[in-house]
Amino acid sequence: MAAAPAKSSVNWARIILYVLLVFFCIYYLLPLYVMVVNSLKPLSEITAGGMMALPQEWTIAPWLSAWSSAQVGVEATGLRPYFLNSILMVVPAVALSTLVGALNGYVLTKWAFRGSTIVFGLLLFGCFIPFQMVLIPMARMLGLMGLAGSVPGLIFVHFVYGIGFSTLYFRNYYAAFPTELVRAAQIDGAGFFRIFWRILLPSSGPIAVVCIIWQFTNIWNDFLFGASFSDFDSQPMTVALNNLVQSSTGVKEYNVHFAGAIMAALPTLLVYIVAGRYFVRGLMAGSVKG
Amino acid sequence: MGFLDIKQATKSYGAVQVLHETDISIEEGEFLVLVGPSGCGKSTLLNMIAGLEDITSGEIAIRGNSMNGVKPADRNIAMVFQSYALYPNMTVSGNISFGMEMHGIEKSERAKRIAQVSDLLQINHLLDRKPGQLSGGQRQRVAMGRALVREPDVFLFDEPLSNLDAKLRVDMRTEIKKLHQKLGTTIVYVTHDQIEALTLSTRIAVMFGGYVQQLGTPKEIYDNPANMFVAGFMGSPSMNLFPAKVVSENGQPAAEVDLADGRKATIPFAKESLASSVGRDIILGIRPEAITDRDGADRNSQAVHVVEAPVEVTEPAGSDTFVVSQIGGKDVTGRFRADVAVNAGETFPFAFNMEKAVAFDPQSENRID
Repeated sequence: MAAAPAKSSVNWARIILYVLLVFFCIYYLLPLYVMVVNSLKPLSEITAGGMMALPQEWTIAPWLSAWSSAQVGVEATGLRPYFLNSILMVVPAVALSTLVGALNGYVLTKWAFRGSTIVFGLLLFGCFIPFQMVLIPMARMLGLMGLAGSVPGLIFVHFVYGIGFSTLYFRNYYAAFPTELVRAAQIDGAGFFRIFWRILLPSSGPIAVVCIIWQFTNIWNDFLFGASFSDFDSQPMTVALNNLVQSSTGVKEYNVHFAGAIMAALPTLLVYIVAGRYFVRGLMAGSVKG
Repeated sequence: MGFLDIKQATKSYGAVQVLHETDISIEEGEFLVLVGPSGCGKSTLLNMIAGLEDITSGEIAIRGNSMNGVKPADRNIAMVFQSYALYPNMTVSGNISFGMEMHGIEKSERAKRIAQVSDLLQINHLLDRKPGQLSGGQRQRVAMGRALVREPDVFLFDEPLSNLDAKLRVDMRTEIKKLHQKLGTTIVYVTHDQIEALTLSTRIAVMFGGYVQQLGTPKEIYDNPANMFVAGFMGSPSMNLFPAKVVSENGQPAAEVDLADGRKATIPFAKESLASSVGRDIILGIRPEAITDRDGADRNSQAVHVVEAPVEVTEPAGSDTFVVSQIGGKDVTGRFRADVAVNAGETFPFAFNMEKAVAFDPQSENRID
């Protein structure tokens, strides 16, 4: 047993460190605090100048308004239909890009062909093409495919853009996956897809979580593609939120805007809270031999 | 025609030929060990038999059927890998039954065979565990179970014991040998460990540089190595190889060697056939156990010759004492009895059992008969 530390060992450096950390923590959480309190008070309290104060009169009316009755587009529908648009866009786009990324990673590591490194390099290059560059060609493509201004069109755009990153994740993960397992499965009589479904995918949990979090946040938060390739009835949440805040008619209902902004941020927050601990674990996986 | 025929098989990666024309034919129930240092082509050859690597030219046939272009799954082979390659997401029984499932064998039959194999390998209590929860030896057994349950024509083992610790390796080696004797299966086994090769095999192919240097029974390989590589690679401690000159002594061929104190010694060969090589410089090969103290010499040998040689070092090893003398400029080790009274620096009688001596050509490094 170690001896008890001397009585005078008050660690001032440590105390200062914690004070600083608590200060920064409050500083970073302040915007969230402002958003939450202001979304829960009547507009009159905000316009009276009490931005930082707790509500005198607690109300969820701004939330209800933002969700179902605020003026977003032409009609006063609230954010609800757009929230649904975003869900309809994000889920298939994330699922497709993750699955195809996994398949790409599998092929690039376990069934490498002549020029497979070049293919991988090009996919990687695709990750770093700025969004703005593809706007016009993509608009033309979507038009030709008959998907312009629709949710499936947005799914397609995000799916294609997501493949680069998801391939990168899975390729690096599968590169550390023992090739002998694939060979054993070959000898056992499993074919290309069976090996993928039965051997590779069940062992891909950590990297799949990383990929899903990454894709979900990016696609959910995307504004540019949403604004460029959607119609009034297929706009995602981010674009609708912008329309809500920017609408020029009537009084600016800050409390409703705050409520809408929190709504737009909630799903990504939820994904981080639920799957966040796998995120770091997955990022580390493959870097150290397991 | 044998059970497994490798005819003129080669393997090239681009311009690099990693396996040169190889001919090996083995009978049903044989235990062939491919042994050699890293990069000698032994694993490549095994993978070619498995169908995991294409054959560049030549042919591999099992039961007379050419396997060129046949998928691994359709060759009726099973393989045990160095890393065991157990599927981490499946239980032990899932691992064992996966191959049968892929081959469309019914569930009741699968359960029956799993029970048989797990009885045989004593892994019944492990069937519901995941590979991550098993020790190295247990994983090894499961990997063998997965191979056995397929009832294949040929078993392929790729350095299956090299990941185990020394004691377990010896135990598993015995078990593999027992299993082979019990089941009489045909096995091709790759290892870089020459002791594994000698103990397990019915025949050994010693490989180096993409060539099979020698194919033969363990005794042939050990007693009559085809060349200096095989002589040096097989056996531990390895065969003494030192320069000598063939001279004629009383009409008999003999080896003339230089001792460390400047004297020359002549040791008559047991074989008359070397008479045609009189006057030639050779490399004399003789194993440590054929150089002993006088009383430790093989009493059945007709050709034990004693040479008084200066002792350079003695290495007591418990069961034996290894005694080193410089002959022809090389360290030559003799295996003396443990309690022999010999000290470094003195001159001591070394008994050479020339029945066990072999001669090599210094240029071609091949054996001279």
